[in-house]
Amino acid sequence: MIRDITLGQYYPAKSVIHRLDPRVKLVTTMIFIVSLFVAKGIMGYLVATLFLGAVIRMSKVPFGYMTKGLRAIVMLLMITVIFNLFLIDGDFVLWRFGFLRITDKGLKTAVFMAVRLIYLILGSSVMTLTTTPNDLTDGLEKLLGPLKRLHVPVHEIAMMMSIALRFIPILLEETDKIMKAQIARGADFETGNLIQKAKAMVPLLVPLFISAFRRANDLAMAMEARCYHGGNGRTKMKPLHYQRRDRAAYAVVWGYFVLMIAVKWSTSYYAVMWL
Amino acid sequence: MSIKVKNVNYTYAEGTAYEIHALKDINLEIPDGQFIGLIGHTGSGKSTLVQHLNGLVKATSGRIYFNERDIYGENFSMKELRSKVGLVFQYPEHQLFEVDVLSDVCFGPRNLGCSQAEAEKKAREALHMVGLGAEYEKRSPFELSGGQKRRVAIAGVLAMEPQVLILDEPTAGLDPKGRDEILDQIESLQKERGITVVLVSHSMEDVARYVDRIIVMDHGEVRFDGTPKEVFRHYKELEKMGLAAPQMTYLMQGLREKGADVDADATTIEEAADAVEHWLKSK
Amino acid sequence: MVRAEGLTFYYERLDEEGNVESKKRAVDHVDLHIRPGKFIAILGHNGSGKSTLAKHINAILTPAEGTLWVDGMDTKEEEKLWDIRQDAGMVFQNPDNQIIGTVVEEDVGFGPENLGVPTDEIWKRVEESLDAVGMLKYRHHSPNKLSGGQKQRVAIAGVMAMHPRCIVLDEPTAMLDPNGRKSVIQTAQRLNREEGITIILITHYMEEVVEADHVFVMDEGRVVMEGSPRQVFSQVEELKKLRLDVPQATLLAFELQKRGVRLPDGILRNEELVDELCRLKSKM
Repeated sequence: MIRDITLGQYYPAKSVIHRLDPRVKLVTTMIFIVSLFVAKGIMGYLVATLFLGAVIRMSKVPFGYMTKGLRAIVMLLMITVIFNLFLIDGDFVLWRFGFLRITDKGLKTAVFMAVRLIYLILGSSVMTLTTTPNDLTDGLEKLLGPLKRLHVPVHEIAMMMSIALRFIPILLEETDKIMKAQIARGADFETGNLIQKAKAMVPLLVPLFISAFRRANDLAMAMEARCYHGGNGRTKMKPLHYQRRDRAAYAVVWGYFVLMIAVKWSTSYYAVMWL
Repeated sequence: MSIKVKNVNYTYAEGTAYEIHALKDINLEIPDGQFIGLIGHTGSGKSTLVQHLNGLVKATSGRIYFNERDIYGENFSMKELRSKVGLVFQYPEHQLFEVDVLSDVCFGPRNLGCSQAEAEKKAREALHMVGLGAEYEKRSPFELSGGQKRRVAIAGVLAMEPQVLILDEPTAGLDPKGRDEILDQIESLQKERGITVVLVSHSMEDVARYVDRIIVMDHGEVRFDGTPKEVFRHYKELEKMGLAAPQMTYLMQGLREKGADVDADATTIEEAADAVEHWLKSK
Repeated sequence: MVRAEGLTFYYERLDEEGNVESKKRAVDHVDLHIRPGKFIAILGHNGSGKSTLAKHINAILTPAEGTLWVDGMDTKEEEKLWDIRQDAGMVFQNPDNQIIGTVVEEDVGFGPENLGVPTDEIWKRVEESLDAVGMLKYRHHSPNKLSGGQKQRVAIAGVMAMHPRCIVLDEPTAMLDPNGRKSVIQTAQRLNREEGITIILITHYMEEVVEADHVFVMDEGRVVMEGSPRQVFSQVEELKKLRLDVPQATLLAFELQKRGVRLPDGILRNEELVDELCRLKSKM
């Protein structure tokens, strides 16, 4: 299951989205996330759906591949839905069983929350699947560049992120391997109560941490051996320059955002009752 | 005691675009007490196969019988299977986690429900089997040398008293002496205690030297299954699979190509020396 | 290219307060001289000090006593650090833990980026280096999808892109399968032959040493044997005592010698042994 996390895994393809400047994609993802919280009513989500759908389509990443990332949050999703479903008070009670009840408002909030979460993951997956982590961190470094003057170690943060992203799949594979090795020694990760389960994790976590530290140590040495000495005096293999398509993309994205706000205003203006 | 593998297939990510048919209709019988070498290039399915033998991976179709009992049957305990069929992964020292050697080796027996005293007894015996004396018991496994760590990890599996021991490249990364020590110890376990051993290895020289039987995997299929002599006669086919024969096979072939009438089946140094000596003395 | 005089290094074990608890001498008064353009092998069992020595050549470690010069630069001079590391590149054992980029070509570009090479020049170097190790067609791949041997060749390309004169390979094949091993060694041999790069190969696989120009054997931090592969491998018993091995053909020749067959010392390859045996037979 842990292998299914697609966040941070690049999917190579030749698409407009892949070619966009990473800064555009970062900003777009931000705007998209904000827009999800701005969104109100079915109209708002419809616009968001259209936007997301179009981007996914253009990215040429198979939809099935993209939704693999969702499996990792199924639990979170369920909890959110259940809490909203049962705990939100509303005007009409749709269903009642003992002290449990579902109201119209609860149902609506639960559905919207679920959609919001799913879109959030899908939206960020589009970014990570179409942008190599190096591009991503380059973009971030450049976007946050002005903070350097405030002595924020922007380059270092970007480099750390890039390394973290590269090692996620390796550590996941390693987790899988250590888990199997301990199961072969009779370890049981599945049964037992919460405390027993937590205790059962020790034989998994200790070797995993040791391995992570060993890798960190090796990597630091390999980086130094290749003359890495921080961001000063470094050139870029792939320097970032905005192209015409990036400017066009910005226009589209801001257009989308304005539209979302417009939808929000209009719906609250008309105050359509159940939406 | 035996393991029978009947028509086993295994497919990763079935029904998706990433589907990989890792095992194709595998049929095998592993009788008691054999020393088996399992060879195949990386990705040939050998690791997947050994993980089936102790139930870590479940076959997509087919059956596996341990002592005539279906391991996928309803009343079959996987935990028991895992204690009877011990699996030592590649770089097993990466799974060590306890504060001292003895506690780490006790982990397996404790999981099987042994009392602390019983587990310690089994652990001591297992440490003895891999050549580590009492002076190592209280040391941290992380302070040991690479070869010693590996032996502690192997002891961790041996302490469960398996009847079948599967080792996935137990000598990877060790120096020549460390390699010989581990393989000699495994051989003595097989000879003296009658444990069945399955050795997954990339080294044809090691396989030729130690095992009675070789199973060759390629693209998820068993391609050859026989004694080292029988299998290495097919060295040209092995090369096509990205494998090779032991150096001695090539040397004997080289001699034959020069017209020498030597026994070309020799695969180990001793056999080759015998064959060459015999040839030199013959008329 | 590389010269060491009295090179000594200790690993220190600190207690909880940070005081030195014990000192272990990992490299012990090593003198060596490696000439440019050579293919050098350093043999030794695990813990013999060979990797510690290798890390000195790249100035990851600096000598506690004695001096090491890389191309005339003393590795203790801090202002020369980046010149030394550019000049003597290093490839490590674990293929996963030395690749920084998430795309092959980006990883190869990492070194030149650090050196401040202009963008156009980086691209040129990346292409040349990937081509030199035969990995150009994988340039857009993710390193995670490559085999161990391919990853190591990418690591070599990453070093090549820094235009070094010398590459130190610290057990580059220990974690690889036989095919991966072969491809990495052949790559190193080709770079040595065609680009004239000095190769210092650290290993405990004997077959990889046969083609070297010069072999150093280490034990307990010292150089205990050195010479051509033929000279070193003719000392079968001594190598065994050092936890090492000899090539299979050498071993068979040694076994036959023990049985009274009169073969010359220092046979390394199957073909040599076959020829010698046929010659013997024809004289009978």
